[in-house]
Amino acid sequence: MKFTWFNLMPWPYLPDDFREKNRSVWVDIDQRLFDPDKSHEVYNTYMDLLEYADTLGFDGIGVNEHHQNGYGIMPSPNIIAAGLARRTQNAAIVVLGNSIALYNPPVRVAEEFAMLDCISGGRLVAGFPVGTSMDTNYCYGQIPALTREKYAEAHELIIRAWTERDPFAFNGRYNKLRHVNIWPRPIQQPHPPIHIPGGGSVETYDFCIDNTYSYSYLSFSGYLRAKVLMQGYWDRVAERNAPDTSPYRAGFAQTICVAETDEEAERLYSEHVLYFYNRCLHVYPGFADAPGYRTIKTIQTGALSQYAPPRGGYAQLTWKDLVEGGHVIAGSPETVRHRMEDLIKGLNVGNIFCLMHVGNMPADKCMYSSKLFAEKVMPKLRGILPECEGDGRFWCKPLPKRATAGTLPQPYSPARVAEPV
Amino acid sequence: MMTLKTAQTRHADVRYLEGGSGEPLVFLHGAGGMTPEDPLLAALAKTHHVFAPYLPGYGETEDCPDLRDMLDYTLLGWDLVKAFGLTDPILVGHSMGGMIAAEMAAIAPNDLSRLALIAPAGLWLEDHPIPDMFILMPYEMPAYLFHDPEAGSKLMTSGLDMDDPKFLQNYLVRNARQLGMAGKLLFPIPERGLAQRLYRIQARTVIVWGASDRLIPPIYGPAFEAGIGGAQLITVPEAGHMVILEKPEVVAQAVASLG
Repeated sequence: MKFTWFNLMPWPYLPDDFREKNRSVWVDIDQRLFDPDKSHEVYNTYMDLLEYADTLGFDGIGVNEHHQNGYGIMPSPNIIAAGLARRTQNAAIVVLGNSIALYNPPVRVAEEFAMLDCISGGRLVAGFPVGTSMDTNYCYGQIPALTREKYAEAHELIIRAWTERDPFAFNGRYNKLRHVNIWPRPIQQPHPPIHIPGGGSVETYDFCIDNTYSYSYLSFSGYLRAKVLMQGYWDRVAERNAPDTSPYRAGFAQTICVAETDEEAERLYSEHVLYFYNRCLHVYPGFADAPGYRTIKTIQTGALSQYAPPRGGYAQLTWKDLVEGGHVIAGSPETVRHRMEDLIKGLNVGNIFCLMHVGNMPADKCMYSSKLFAEKVMPKLRGILPECEGDGRFWCKPLPKRATAGTLPQPYSPARVAEPV
Repeated sequence: MMTLKTAQTRHADVRYLEGGSGEPLVFLHGAGGMTPEDPLLAALAKTHHVFAPYLPGYGETEDCPDLRDMLDYTLLGWDLVKAFGLTDPILVGHSMGGMIAAEMAAIAPNDLSRLALIAPAGLWLEDHPIPDMFILMPYEMPAYLFHDPEAGSKLMTSGLDMDDPKFLQNYLVRNARQLGMAGKLLFPIPERGLAQRLYRIQARTVIVWGASDRLIPPIYGPAFEAGIGGAQLITVPEAGHMVILEKPEVVAQAVASLG
């Protein structure tokens, strides 16, 4: 099993009446709700928590990319990842990911990911999302019906830039480059492992299967609701005669809160979980799915955006709704372990993106929950899929001996050298 | 009475409606598409031989991934004129169709002598931004499209049952096909450089605008008028962006003034 401690980096100061006074947390969120001075503290606390997760023994620490978004103040995950690469020792740096169709030219991603891989000593796990409609189309202006073609071209360019050893010309439709020759290139060969966040597109299933990439379902609605979608993926894996059904071919994001008892979990975490589900996920439905962003085939399979409002609109969700519905796995270590087992076995997923920081959760509570998970839950889940433990295709392969940040020698001193010994 | 036929072009087999008799006229629909019952087509067909193609992704014309940008659609327009067997037809376009028609007139000025632009897209005035139609929920659209949103709403949704899941899925598919294509020309800003090509248009041009247009405000009328030498601007009172539904006879009359 690979457990990645994930932080979406929500803005923790959205007002109580946010839903009533604002139409969306994303795209056209009120500028005035962001306070740059307060963000100084927020960013540094969030990065500290990611570093703390490394010391607890999580396999990875994860960041992602969103734009103009009140629950994800990370338009550039690579900036955060660079800090983490320096300040952590063991955890994989999971960047899930860079929306490669948005970078011009996409060799920028090949270069920055190579830098992260080099700085971290080969600890990078690279994610290539198409990006949500909110980010890709409405914030970054990509034409919906051309987004996937542009994405596919960016992917081809990045992989070639990573793997070819001589300069080459790239005559794409969206990128015309005479001399592709990235410098530096990544440590991991032939390239860092790639995870693809998806939301139920058949095309994305096939893309992962054909390229041996891990398919990640980054949902906030929990493992119970994910069964149909993940089964669709595994059915597709079988249909296309993939050589195996290794659970590492798949990843899943799950909100997790651990306390000593179920009651304590509710008492400690309820307000922060409700802040996230009832305030942060308030997205104007008109931004959910730009027409043309999803393929017709995907719409016909009924896989609709998780951001599209349910028929009848959102109700105000309660702690009980969220826990019983599986949006959130919360409770004592024993309760959480049982439900995590259901998740892992039910979805057949080897990569778990643990959303341990939720909404406006303060650092001390987040540390408490993370520590309990790392010490009392994670060890018991380690051996749950024994037959596939050796599958390293979807995880990073760090250098055995890695540099330690901040260990410069004494500066050169001409005076000292001149002295007779 | 309109008949559904197929025209073969290099990149797409295009379904089109044909009807009426008289001077040949090609009509290019807007981002919302068209129906065989379209009252403007009926009005035009009284005096003209009308050819009205369903652009790729609309009606029974398949989506065409090979057509991506303004030039592709401008040339598709001319490929269709040829496939219809026409020379110098009257060219009429509404909204997005007007944008394509204006581009066709600008790229081949010697092949077109009569042009009618009905609330065309294609220009962008900094002080008068056009609302983002790609974020509108279906129930929000009538307010932008019609002089009388309530009556317009009935025109748009009569016979539709949004609570039937099967219908809803078909609706989403249709929306994705149609507006997916429209996005190639209109997303995220409905402007692809037409302003610097308008001067090339030689055709006698009539521009028609609904005075209550809240999607592309009527102030865009004078901007087109100023860009196209000798163009005549007709403003239609008590009509919105869907002036073709609200005042089809008035629009048909304006088109007929071209001959």
